[in-house]
Amino acid sequence: MVHSRTARRRWTAAIGLTGVAALALSACAQSERGTDSSSGSGKTGGTFTFGAAGAPKLFDPFYATDGETFRVARQMFDGLTTFKPGTAEPVGQLAEKWSSSSDGLTWTFNLRKGVKFHDGTEFNAAAVCANFERWYNQKGAGQSDAVSQYYGDNFGGFSDGAKPSLYKSCSAKDAATAEIVLTSSTSKFPDILGLPAFSMQSPDALKKYDADNVQAQGESFVFPAYATEHPTGSGPFKFSKYDKANGTVELVRNDDYWGEKAKVDKLVFKIIPDETARKQALQSGDIDGFDFPNAADWDSLKKDGFNVQIRPAFNVLYLGINQKNNPKLRDLKVRQALIYGINREQLVKSQLPEGAKVATQFIPETVGGYAKDVTEYKYDEAKAKALLAEAGASDLTLKFYWPSEVTRPYMPNPKDIFGAISADLQKLGIKIEVTTKPWNGGYLTDVDQGVPDLFLLGWTGDTGSADNWIGTFFGNPANRFNTGANTWGTDLATALKKADAEPDRDKRFKLYEDLNKKIMTEYLPAIPVSHSPPALVTKSSVKGIVPSPLTDERFYSVSVS
Amino acid sequence: MLRYTVRRLIQLVVVVLVLSLLVFAWLRALPGGPVSALLGDRGTPESRAALSAQLGLDQPIFLQYFKFLGRALTGDFGNSTTVQPGDTVVEIFLQRFPATIELSLFAIVLAVLAGIPLGYLAARRRGGWFDNLSVGGSLVGVAVPVFFLAYLLKYIFATELQWLPSLGRQGDIEATRVTGFFVLDGLLTQEWDAAWDAFLHLLLPAVALATIPFAVIFRITRAAVLDVVNEDYVRTAESKGLLGSVIRRRHVLRNAMLPVVTTIGLQVGALLAGAVLTEKVFAFQGVGEALALGFERRDYPVLQMFIMVAAVIYVLVNLLVDLSYALIDPRIRAR
Repeated sequence: MVHSRTARRRWTAAIGLTGVAALALSACAQSERGTDSSSGSGKTGGTFTFGAAGAPKLFDPFYATDGETFRVARQMFDGLTTFKPGTAEPVGQLAEKWSSSSDGLTWTFNLRKGVKFHDGTEFNAAAVCANFERWYNQKGAGQSDAVSQYYGDNFGGFSDGAKPSLYKSCSAKDAATAEIVLTSSTSKFPDILGLPAFSMQSPDALKKYDADNVQAQGESFVFPAYATEHPTGSGPFKFSKYDKANGTVELVRNDDYWGEKAKVDKLVFKIIPDETARKQALQSGDIDGFDFPNAADWDSLKKDGFNVQIRPAFNVLYLGINQKNNPKLRDLKVRQALIYGINREQLVKSQLPEGAKVATQFIPETVGGYAKDVTEYKYDEAKAKALLAEAGASDLTLKFYWPSEVTRPYMPNPKDIFGAISADLQKLGIKIEVTTKPWNGGYLTDVDQGVPDLFLLGWTGDTGSADNWIGTFFGNPANRFNTGANTWGTDLATALKKADAEPDRDKRFKLYEDLNKKIMTEYLPAIPVSHSPPALVTKSSVKGIVPSPLTDERFYSVSVS
Repeated sequence: MLRYTVRRLIQLVVVVLVLSLLVFAWLRALPGGPVSALLGDRGTPESRAALSAQLGLDQPIFLQYFKFLGRALTGDFGNSTTVQPGDTVVEIFLQRFPATIELSLFAIVLAVLAGIPLGYLAARRRGGWFDNLSVGGSLVGVAVPVFFLAYLLKYIFATELQWLPSLGRQGDIEATRVTGFFVLDGLLTQEWDAAWDAFLHLLLPAVALATIPFAVIFRITRAAVLDVVNEDYVRTAESKGLLGSVIRRRHVLRNAMLPVVTTIGLQVGALLAGAVLTEKVFAFQGVGEALALGFERRDYPVLQMFIMVAAVIYVLVNLLVDLSYALIDPRIRAR
């Protein structure tokens, strides 16, 4: 096999009709220009090319809601905090250390000195406040959930006061000390400051390129030049160009980076929407790696000498139950019957990748507040049938939805998972009305509008805070499980808010542990099924990627030999 | 001829208007849509409703259609939600159109260059081994689905042999963009390595895309030549003792070309359909790939405009075929 691209070009030239002439021409051209970037001549480093499944929406992470944008943003921006590589544990990045008042309302960040943004301006406490104020003062389309979803989810309202906001104020005590005041104590702080959405951006560049000028137009949103052409952070890579005609995003090394400098000169993201095409691009040497290879391909990729790196499972697949349509589903016994009646051990073994585990609750072990001694439901068909009979629900008919045209890290093969679960339910005498719809073609809409009784869905965590999991699922009684249909729905939401606001870490963990137990014993609003480890695959010549449970891989540490 | 052309152009406008309404209604009748695409699995019932209202998707469909039409008349076809989020669909189209044209042109040239001579040869050696072999081959060419062939070619020439790139329009190379046709740009700017690189990227998808038109053109040429050689005028020419090459050029080929040209025209239209699959397999950033992605991800604005443009092109190509028909055959011109 001929492996390098140059060698391949030579080969083709030799066999091509106009091969000899063209090779001579291209050789001349190369020597004339002498700047052929593909050779990476001179400096060590070269290029790391990563296959992306979609076009990034934009490059201003504050307005991003999609993984493809965040993946690029992570390489260009720093946050006040970040996550320790390979974990979900917050560590300092632009903040060297921080402390909070005992009531959890005032947070003081001691900033790293000598940090410069890519436009040469200085990072300091004033820049921190400018960023917080920017988020808080979004207007119009900038407030839409489709635009600033992460702010909305984590900080709540904006300065117009329409909804309560977590943010109160920011002041620069001196150039290297920023003080953030919150309106209530929350477990989210400071973890969320490591999310790409809350990266520190150059206030000068934000102003110069009109960064806040986002508009709703027709059926979409239009972003200003800052977001599309001039993202300015302080990270190890700088934005170079987005070649839309060729579907590539190019970043270059920031030689003035304050921290460990990137090993490669250039980082290229090549947009390849088709999954098989991504795999073939890796095999043919056109890219150096890509994310979320199909679990069914892991073995063959390993056999071919590729490096399949498996991330710690930081997600949960659940069988959603909506209590709205069928009153029987509001009976705890019926929901317990469902969980007893589904053979989750078997499902994990037969349908999910190596390393997957049965979920005993809605958070994985590594999240603070995980309860070791929750009620566990081992597969028991007889018990399930008995519970159904007791509840007078032996003749249950349920509308069960599964999504087509999609795989998710927590759900590598929705069809097979659906098949296994529905077969188990049918054994209990439950009649299943099957509906399948494309993910964006009605599935999510119907799930949120409460059309199905049962549905497959899941979650990949943003942070290691329990609030990011069970708080997101059940923190509002008007959720997709319709927990508000039972009186405990409101109690659960209130208790979750209380736990989130507890400033004492140990006390907070205890509150979450208790809640997890209650959720699994008394409420059972849905059925946690499994935690699946997603993977990332690279050529064997690629070194230095630390797989992150948050998919927060930073490519500055990557080298390509 | 002029009246005929004008009539066809008016027909075109009506077709586009009717189609715009049909596509608009069809897309809105499909479940899902931009709200799901924009919010993903992190949306809530509340945020969905708010976004629908913000984007005007909760208004009556006719109102939405007239708003769309009003904007479309000013050239504003909306912005992409998921294919290239935020970009205007006109921008996306203009930027991707050269890719599709480059690919289709290359494919049709390949198909014509191979199809006509081989078809002619097969007809002249009817019943021989060459004829049998090429007829059999062309049958396979028509029968094999484009995407399968595309994957197969890619597997052999890109993955296994690694002679050609497996995807995209250009490798990691500095290239100046002038027209958007990458090979042409390389030639214009005298960046020979960029032109060569773009050419190599074009080869596999073009061959995959050319297979069906090649097979069709081959078969039509062969059949047409067989028809013509048996015509009285050819026999007359032969009996007059005209040179073989003159007969071939003036009598056989020229007359056999009529159905072939029609076929080529129709194949150009069909190429657009083939390009959807080929571009997807090779992540070739063309119109077809955007269309396939737009459907997969429910990008209404992209689908709306691209389907309409595809229809316009199809009607235009048919018009051109009819006109060229008239040019080749003086009898049609005279009518």
